[in-house]
Amino acid sequence: MHVFYFIAAFLLLARLNKSFADPVLKLKWNQTITYGNLGIGILFIVSQIAVDGAWQSVIGVLTLAGILFYLYKEPDFSPFNFFIQAHYPLVVVGIISSVVQLVNIDFYGKWSNYFDFAILGAFGWIYARWISSKKQRQEMMVVAARNAQLDVLVAQRTAELTQQKNELQETVKLLQATQEQLIQQEKLASLGELTAGIAHEIQNPLNFVNNFSEVSMELVDEMGEEITKGDIEEAKAIANDIKQNLEKIIHHGKRADAIVKNMLQHSRSNSGEKQPTDINALADEYLRLSYHGLRAKDKMFNSNMITELDPALPKLNVISQDIGRVLLNLFNNAFYAVQQRHKTEGDSYKPEVKVSTALKGKFVEISVTDNGTGIPDAVKDKILQPFFTTKPTGEGTGLGLSLSYDIVVKGHAGKMEINSKEGEFTEFLIRIPV
Amino acid sequence: MKILVVDDEADVQPLFIQRFRKEIRDHEVEFDFALSGEEALEYLKEKHSEVILILSDINMPGMSGIELLTKIRHEYGAPPPVVMMITAYGDEENHRQAMQNGANDFLTKPLDFNLLKEKLKTIIP
Repeated sequence: MHVFYFIAAFLLLARLNKSFADPVLKLKWNQTITYGNLGIGILFIVSQIAVDGAWQSVIGVLTLAGILFYLYKEPDFSPFNFFIQAHYPLVVVGIISSVVQLVNIDFYGKWSNYFDFAILGAFGWIYARWISSKKQRQEMMVVAARNAQLDVLVAQRTAELTQQKNELQETVKLLQATQEQLIQQEKLASLGELTAGIAHEIQNPLNFVNNFSEVSMELVDEMGEEITKGDIEEAKAIANDIKQNLEKIIHHGKRADAIVKNMLQHSRSNSGEKQPTDINALADEYLRLSYHGLRAKDKMFNSNMITELDPALPKLNVISQDIGRVLLNLFNNAFYAVQQRHKTEGDSYKPEVKVSTALKGKFVEISVTDNGTGIPDAVKDKILQPFFTTKPTGEGTGLGLSLSYDIVVKGHAGKMEINSKEGEFTEFLIRIPV
Repeated sequence: MKILVVDDEADVQPLFIQRFRKEIRDHEVEFDFALSGEEALEYLKEKHSEVILILSDINMPGMSGIELLTKIRHEYGAPPPVVMMITAYGDEENHRQAMQNGANDFLTKPLDFNLLKEKLKTIIP
């Protein structure tokens, strides 16, 4: 049976020689293995010729054990450890059988069938292990191939996604730029609506400045006449009138000045800083601007304006041009709503737009109410959406309310509430924390 | 001659009084003022017979000057008061509307008081 040790050793080396995946390793070991196999062959022949019986087994086992020990020491063979280890049972069986043969040949002779059977079994074990591991390795190779495919796919997808991400980032940038432009346009549009109102609001005080100046010049002449006549009392009365007129001139000059300053603030692109602001004055001013703006477009339009401004209102720390823009927008909408209703119902309908302010706990409440067309339930959810408008194409940007909402809620930590009944009224309620 | 001036701007009042200082002193004219169309109608209920001339702004909140004019023409027929309309918007549409509704004349802001005085002379015989 000793031939099995040599066969096992020979096949082990032959198998290893074939199994190197790395061509460098294959080249490195090719010669050694060939010499190894040659050595095995020589040892086999020597064992056949020179010795017999138990010593043949001893040479066979030692040959196999020596090779295994050598392979075990070489790190290059570590990937094949599972296969090398499969030979251990054969070595163990071989040693036992050799020792038994040497020590007690009779006993061996009696039980030789069992020893042979054990050797065959151990020999068969090696190849059973080899086959099963081969299967495993094939499966692993399939898995590895699949993994490689997946890696390629993942790389492809990652590249695609990265590209898409970059494209999306570009788009977002573009959208942000567009949004910025639209906000500027909305500001310009509302400024355009304001222009007529501003013209009227400036024209009025200017008229007064001119008229009071002219009349004062006349009064100076008259005063001179009275002094010449010697009527000092009348001259004094005229002088008093002149003084009052000059006060009027100053008052109206300042009025025009304030309007121009506010107009500049309104058109300024960068929102300013929060500063204490008289909400009542702001509300009153923008109500009038809005009204005259609409009147300039529609000469026949008229509406009642009611202001219920709480004189005890504290100054609010707000960005005044932003809040002004919100108020202007709400007033424009209110006047538009009453104008639309007036168009359908005629002169029996009395348009009315009301603004009221009040201090409610820690909030200042600003209410803008109109008795116009009201907001249908179907569009109530949409009116705060950007670009939603009920106005004909080209008349509204659809950004007014959405910007207003942003200014109140995001810019001032406030709240905006809408109450409306179609055909009856609309109320916008703004609460800004003190 | 009693003149009613209707304008929502209160400052027109001292202006008229000073511009017509001499005329008022010599009792040629007398001014009364209303700040809205509604107030003007209230005033006319009592004194429409005394008022010879009504000067009204068109552009006022609430009742507009045109509405006031229409009401005056409706309610106060004999003798019809002279009504002159004043507006900052000296445009054709307002002019047409004012004339259509029976205005006697049409003035634009800023008021030319010398022109107004000339026109008054044609009213006072």
